[in-house]
Amino acid sequence: MNWAGLYAVLSGVNRHSTAIGRIWLSVIFIFRIMVLVVAAESVWGDERSAFTCNTQQPGCNSVCYDHFFPISHVRLWALQLILVTTPALLVAMHVAYQQHQEKKLLLLTGHGDPKHLEEVKKHKMRISGALWWTYVSSVAFRLLFEAAFMYIFYMLYPGYQMVRLVKCEAYPCPNTVDCFISRPTEKTVFTVFMLTASAICIVLNLAELVYLVVRACARRAHHSSNPSSAKSSFYGHKLSSEYKQNEINQLLTEQDGSLKDMLRRNPGLQEKGDRCSAC
Amino acid sequence: MDWGSLHAVLGGVNKHSTSIGKIWLTVLFVFRIMILVVAAEKVWGDEQQDFICNTLQPGCKNVCYDHFFPISHIRLWALQLIFVSTPALLVVMHVAYRRHEKKQQLRNGEKFDIEELKRTRFHIRGPLWWTYTSSIFFRVLFEAVFMYAFYFMYDGYKMPRLLKCSAWPCPNTVDCFVSRPTEKTMFTVFMLVVSAVCMLLNVTELCYLVVKVCVKEPRKTAQKEMHFLISLLVVLTKNCCI
Repeated sequence: MNWAGLYAVLSGVNRHSTAIGRIWLSVIFIFRIMVLVVAAESVWGDERSAFTCNTQQPGCNSVCYDHFFPISHVRLWALQLILVTTPALLVAMHVAYQQHQEKKLLLLTGHGDPKHLEEVKKHKMRISGALWWTYVSSVAFRLLFEAAFMYIFYMLYPGYQMVRLVKCEAYPCPNTVDCFISRPTEKTVFTVFMLTASAICIVLNLAELVYLVVRACARRAHHSSNPSSAKSSFYGHKLSSEYKQNEINQLLTEQDGSLKDMLRRNPGLQEKGDRCSAC
Repeated sequence: MDWGSLHAVLGGVNKHSTSIGKIWLTVLFVFRIMILVVAAEKVWGDEQQDFICNTLQPGCKNVCYDHFFPISHIRLWALQLIFVSTPALLVVMHVAYRRHEKKQQLRNGEKFDIEELKRTRFHIRGPLWWTYTSSIFFRVLFEAVFMYAFYFMYDGYKMPRLLKCSAWPCPNTVDCFVSRPTEKTMFTVFMLVVSAVCMLLNVTELCYLVVKVCVKEPRKTAQKEMHFLISLLVVLTKNCCI
């Protein structure tokens, strides 16, 4: 499992994201993960071996390095990118669950041929109902993780700048020892770059959150002015048997027209249509 | 996520590019990214390790290296290639949006084949023309910016053999020697030349797109422009004669 594996996993989520979500994913993979892999890792590659202290005291070099760099930038960025991209998996799981429900329904109503089951997999889920809440939570978690890591960076490496010289007094170093960091300017440039990319991602996430909320409110306003619409509210129901049936019916009405299309194109399938009350 | 994934992402753009765009993409991947990965990275691999200063003063080497090489050539090229290839994603996004719209249109009753829709090639017209042209413009801009950044940082693209360093904690002035300067100069010049070729291809593509749009304008507009050009010519001739 490496970054390519993560890319493969998250590409599937892309299909069910909003446009802003797709832009966010592209920014993450191209401007953060790719830059980390092709550039930043080689800049920090010799951080330990080229960390030089002006002393011959054995152990002083190691102790000072450990004191000033509790966690390397590269590792912090890797953790940040993994944690920031994984909330999207919540959405992937919810979509998979919904698709499973649809397939079950198709099998129950006798439309379980492979062609229809394939169509369930292919069609894009609309972000409404319970999926809306999952999606919004995933975006909120992303924001939280980004902010948390930016704060951690600031705490560990105040000002985000990499200095050329650090003065170390940790035992066993004698008195105060000058230690020199390798490639500080290049490291500062990349730190600022990754910080900027992170800020852009935060802005995209905020924009996506606002977009989702506004869209949901607009939809709700439209539904309340059109009470004859068969669509239900976007609050989730508790799972009792009648509510489960309502949820399945809700799934039928709220999917992006694929089942309705299917039944419209094949009117013969509608003979056992008691469960399709919402069609 | 590495150069291979970038190649996969940008491969999709190729279908909707002009012929010059396809040539540009090939030059980018074969003569720049591939050279960077298989050759240049090895040349610069030991740049700090073999950067030797004539002093025993601890820290002097680090400081001098940092002073003369604020960002390594390899990293600058990697950033340049990433920035130069990403405007093509604008085109990818626009094409995906057009496909999505077409799918919505076709969904209203007609039968359609998803695979055929995926394979449809959109002609570079209308809003797609503007997106495509903007992406080429940004490419040219990024290329120019990075070429300038190189020139600014490394004073003329040549890698010197010897650098004289007086940064603290180096005592007085210290001689520092760069590893493989000739090989580095060769690769720098090579990457510069290919970068110039790419810029030329982009500018050509831009001109081609503009000319294509102008030629396809309706006859009325062409006639109006003809009249304008003729009158301009007449005015200029008169002024010259006076």
